[in-house]
This record gives sequence, C-alpha cells and structure tokens, in this order.
Amino acid sequence: MSSGSSPRIAMLKTVIGALILTLLPLPSWLELIRPGFLALTVLYWSIAAPRAGGITLGWICGLLLDAFEGPVLGEHALALAFLAYIGVREHQRIRSKPIFQQSLIVFAALATYEVVLFAIDGWSGHALTTPLRWVPTLTGALIWPAADAVLARSYRPQT
Amino acid sequence: MAGFATGAGRPLQGRGGSPGFRFALYAILSIAFMIFDQRFNWLERAHYVLQAASYPVELAVSSPVTAWRWVQNSFATRDSIEAENQRLRTRLRDLELRSMRYDALAQENAALIGLRNSLPPVAQRWLPAEIVNIQLDSLRQRVLIDRGSINGVTPGQAVLDDHGVVGQTMHVGPWSAQVIFITDPEHALPVQIERTGLRTIAVGVGDATSLALPYLPANADVHVGDVLVTSGLGGVFPPGYPVARVTEVHKDTVQPLAHVRAVPFAQLDTDSEVMLIWFRHDSPAAPLKEQNGKLTRGDRNIQPLPAPAKLQAPPAAAKKSAAPAAAQKPERPPI
Repeated sequence: MSSGSSPRIAMLKTVIGALILTLLPLPSWLELIRPGFLALTVLYWSIAAPRAGGITLGWICGLLLDAFEGPVLGEHALALAFLAYIGVREHQRIRSKPIFQQSLIVFAALATYEVVLFAIDGWSGHALTTPLRWVPTLTGALIWPAADAVLARSYRPQT
Repeated sequence: MAGFATGAGRPLQGRGGSPGFRFALYAILSIAFMIFDQRFNWLERAHYVLQAASYPVELAVSSPVTAWRWVQNSFATRDSIEAENQRLRTRLRDLELRSMRYDALAQENAALIGLRNSLPPVAQRWLPAEIVNIQLDSLRQRVLIDRGSINGVTPGQAVLDDHGVVGQTMHVGPWSAQVIFITDPEHALPVQIERTGLRTIAVGVGDATSLALPYLPANADVHVGDVLVTSGLGGVFPPGYPVARVTEVHKDTVQPLAHVRAVPFAQLDTDSEVMLIWFRHDSPAAPLKEQNGKLTRGDRNIQPLPAPAKLQAPPAAAKKSAAPAAAQKPERPPI
C-alpha cells in the first residue's frame, strides 16, 4: 500500500464538522436521537485509514469531547480510544463487509463505547441510568451508511 | 476480544507500536486523568484551560442562532414591541407595588427578631449572563453562560432567573462557565416547604420542567400547590428563594416514602438570560458554608435566641397557659 497523500487534513476537517454537529443546539426530540457524530467519525477513520489516525485520533477527539461535556476529564478519551482500537483491530474484516452488515458491526462497536461511558459514569459517581442514553447508539448505527458515504467523499485512499 | 495483543499478527506498525500497545498506553493515561480529576481535584486548572480553549468553538457554533435571533429582533414589528413594552410596564408597576412596603417590613422584621437595625440585603451584587446557544449534553441539564472568572464568577455560585432558582456554576473558564440546572439528574437542592417549614431535598430528574422530592415520608404534610423555597443549607443559596411548586403527590400506604413531583418556577427550557448572584457573607441570611468540616455562618456576633424555657407546671396549668399561646399562633401577614 503506497503512502499516498496524507488523510490528515481530511481527518481534521471531518472532526471539526462532527464537533459542530455535536454542539449544534437542536429541538429537544432531535437532541435525544442525535447520534454521536464524533464517535462515528473516529470509527470511520480507524477503519478507513488505521495507520494515519487510529487510536491517537480517538484519544484526542475524546479529550475534545471531554472539554465540552464529560463529567470527568478522560472519560470520552478512554471510550473513544477503545472504539478506535476496535476499529483498527478489525478494520480489514469490517471493510470487506457490505454496508448493511457494517451497520450491525458499528452498532455493536457503538454499544461497547456506550458501555464504557456508562461504566465510567457509574464509577465516578455521575451515574445516568435513563434508558434514553442508549438511543444514540441505535441512531448511530442507522446513520452509518450515510456517514460512511459522506466521510468517504472527504478523502479517497490510493490503493 | 483477545486482550490487548494483536492476535491476528498483522504487521500494522505505526510509530507507537502495535495498536494494542498504543491503546493500553492511552488507556492508562486516560485513567490517570480521571483519577486525578476525581480524587485530587488537580485538574481544576486543566478545566479552566479547556473552558478557555473551547469557548471560541462554542461561540462559533452558536453564532448562526445568535445571528438569527438578532435578525428576528431587528425586524420585529412596532406592534409587538409596543405590546411587550406595555407588558413590561405593567409588570414593573406590579413589582413596585409589591416592594413598596419592603423597607417597612424589613424594619418590622428586625424589630421582631430583636435587632437594632434591619439587616443589609443578602444579595450583594448581581450580573446578568446570557446563555450560549449550545448543546453540552442532551441528557444532563447543563448550559454554558458567557460570564467567567474575569467577571468574578467562581465555581458553586448561585444562578437565578426572575422567577426562581436556576442552578449553580460548575466549571468556570475565563470567559465562560458551565451552569448545572436544578433539574439535572446529578443536582440535589436542599429545600423547605414554605407552608410547613419541612426540610427535604429536591433532586433533578433530567427534565427541565420537573423536580422530584424522593425523601419525603408517606405521612409528610405536603399538598399539591405547596411552594418550595431554598432552605439555606448546602452553602450555595440563602434561605427563602422560590424553587418550585408541588404538582403531584402520591401516597401509597404500602410505600414508606411519598412520590412527590414539583415544577420549577424558573423557566429553564426557555430562558436566554440568567442572573449570577454574589451574597454578602457576613449577613446572617447568607448560605451556610462548610469549613474544615464545620458549618460556619459569617457573623459570629449574632447569637441565636435562647430556647424557650420548658414549662414545669402541672397539666392543668399547662392547659390553661396553652390557650393564649394558641391564640398567638402566627398568621401570615397580608402583604
């Protein structure tokens, strides 16, 4: 695999876009189903370009997210690094699947990510037990085909 | 998942070694962050820096909404502005009527308590703050305001609006601060039922229009329509600020606790401006602060009144003396 042009610029752009989508104020019902755009972006990059971004990207994005909403600093950093780790480890297997099956895998990965967040919330004494917190996992998996298509336009790896 | 080792044996080398190794590294780093943040509070500074760094991004994201509001405002019709003006004038008149006798009441109150002068008002300084249009966390009730430490804001400061208690500040940056609403599931507010003086704790449920009172026993004297005010415990709010009105009381004979819900007075879901309040800490009405595990109140010179002496009379005499006491039962003065 040739090195090609670095996807770093595309990564930066998409991360900023995802961050804006995360912070944008929305009506309350839309807020509840808003998927974790940053998690999807990190997952996409760790599958599409595992060498360029990978776990480091996940960790940095997690810290960014912690700056805005985490009850404890490092919570999203750990969870997103873990999500990126899953993506990087299984990138070949996930990439070879049709998009619908990818969605299912993404659902599992996002659920794992949410479990990590849930556990840290509980351990640090900021437990949030409402079942509504699992809704973004589902919407994230549903939106995966669209997210994949949009993110793929931002950078085409030369294989 | 087979641990952190790269079981598949793919040579996925990077500068930082295998993904498993790198993840382990970052995981340890994150966990260290969390422990330092949680246990030692070492990261207050980091929060400050992060708040400072994230504020431009937050402003940029909220700018379209702000711009839209501005456009709406500048194209508001003359009629709507006049109507608003009329409404505000009526409100101002009502409030002035209500506060007309305030000074007299303060004097009267001082006389009743036995002080020579009436006490200074407990609120020393207040500052309006605008809520930045941004979504911090959809399940937690938190907002960002455009005032920070350069305006003198400190963590744990009272935030009110013109109807009641809104919440308190949490992480403070130089130009911005996060405010946790009283309806956040992690927020608990010591309150008092105004009618009876019964103290309890109001806990948020994650919905901007609802508060729960989970610790009231089933035989507690609480009715629909009761007003909850701050009790002054907890060190953030002075006693007596309106919080919520009880809207739902379920008393199940099987359950030891009553199920009580209340609706906050503050317009938490529609507010665009809130008030930050600084309290005079030498006022006896100032919120209790905890220092070295001891609750202290600002002014040591003001002593509590001595407890009334217990009656050691026979029951007949006690009954006789109880009658005038009952007659003197304080009634709510009409204001």
